[in-house]
Amino acid sequence: MIEIDQIDKWYGAHQVLKSCSTAVAKGEVVVVCGPSGSGKSTLIKAVNGLEPIQGGRITVAGEVVGSTNLSRLRARIGMVFQSFELYPHRTVLDNVALAQMVVLKRSRADAVAKADGLLTRVGMIDHRMKFPGQLSGGQQQRVAIARALAMDPIAMLFDEPTSALDPEMINEVLDVMTELALEGMTMMVVTHEMGFARRVAHRVVFMDEGAIVEDRAKDAFFDHPDTDRARAFLSKILHH
Amino acid sequence: MIEFDWDALVRALPFLAQGMVLTLELTGLAMVGGIALGTVLAILRLSMPAPVPQIIAGYVNGLRAMPLILVIFWFYLLVPLFLGRPVGAFSSALIAFTMFEAAYYSEIIRAGIQGVPRGQLQAALASGMSYPQAMRYIVLPQAFRAMVPILLTQSIILFQDTSLVYVVGLRDFLTAANIVASRDQRPIEMYLFVAAVYLVLCASASFGVRILQRKSAR
Ligand SMILES: Nc1ncnc2c1ncn2[C@@H]1O[C@H](COP(=O)(O)OP(=O)(O)O)[C@@H](O)[C@H]1O
Ligand SMILES: [Mg+2]
Repeated sequence: MIEIDQIDKWYGAHQVLKSCSTAVAKGEVVVVCGPSGSGKSTLIKAVNGLEPIQGGRITVAGEVVGSTNLSRLRARIGMVFQSFELYPHRTVLDNVALAQMVVLKRSRADAVAKADGLLTRVGMIDHRMKFPGQLSGGQQQRVAIARALAMDPIAMLFDEPTSALDPEMINEVLDVMTELALEGMTMMVVTHEMGFARRVAHRVVFMDEGAIVEDRAKDAFFDHPDTDRARAFLSKILHH
Repeated sequence: MIEFDWDALVRALPFLAQGMVLTLELTGLAMVGGIALGTVLAILRLSMPAPVPQIIAGYVNGLRAMPLILVIFWFYLLVPLFLGRPVGAFSSALIAFTMFEAAYYSEIIRAGIQGVPRGQLQAALASGMSYPQAMRYIVLPQAFRAMVPILLTQSIILFQDTSLVYVVGLRDFLTAANIVASRDQRPIEMYLFVAAVYLVLCASASFGVRILQRKSAR
């Protein structure tokens, strides 16, 4: 579904992605982890072309990212951000309905029906007429997931979806994501929630200093990581 | 002891009202045109490759370095040359104000757009919106909401600056008041009246903005 083939990216003289390759098959859940600044956000944002790359190639469902109609491809890939990025000037309902109307040209009635269904699913239907500023972080992130799902995506990208949340709100978001994974959604998830990774991931990609250092089946990664860097990272994060 | 005589003022009211109509027309049209052009300039400057941003920066900084009165006068002379036919003082003044105000508005709007967190644009693009759609539905509404007070302040300055059109022979409110004041020799009453009018108009504009802000604060 997602193929990342030897991609490079520089910021000036600083190389932030070093010939990174990995892939996410249809229905697969891949967790990406690694120290802060290792290039996880840059990698995941390259997948839908938010971060242009200078070398290598990414394809999603056979289409090369950046070659043809980038907007059309993005419409089929859901993205969830660390800082939610709900539209503060729009109601919860509008947040979920807007791109359906603007991008997919659905009628308002269809978009609202779809939005209501998804808001029910993430437990936010009672808040549909509120503005994002009136919601807790966990509630905002659940709306953001509904917003992405409203486009009927073929894959979902998550960039540290729970890192900005108070601890007591992390699970309500992870529960929604777990349910999604169990339904067979193709997911690429940057997260440090190793419990989530153990439960639902198929593979774990470990990054350090712009390179993919390990790309392993979940159990192999957790039980006997190959590299010292991954071992050090794991012991730090698990004893935290 | 000063003795006020308001009769002359009352007699002059229709004449002053004509001036006020011109002032308001010019302010309103130049404001709409200036904000529209300023928005386009700001977006182009932020999103186009070189040399477009540099050219726009030159335009903006050039006009902002110029005294307005000179700009009005130039356009009065240049626009007919450019179009090959006379356009009238009002049209040339309107073009001058629109172009001049656009330079100021575009800087305000550019700052407003940059003030919207970058993640908002990214989220809109990630959902499949094109750049123009993301601007229209997500970035600009937030930018304008934050900019309303400063755009209004700029528009009040514009309202006051319209009095400069006397250099091309137009009679705005203040120019009309000057004419009446020197004709009737009652300058004190006249300028008290003028000050009161400006005060009331500007105060109610500010009041309107505060209500707008409270409404949109939510
Ligand atoms: N706009 C930018 N300009 C320059 N360097 C950047 C920019 N964005 C990110 N970087 C650098 O790229 C590297 C990778 O960043 P990022 O992908 O955000 O890491 P992570 O998500 O793993 O914390 C970091 O060293 C960061 O400083
Ligand atoms: Mg990051």
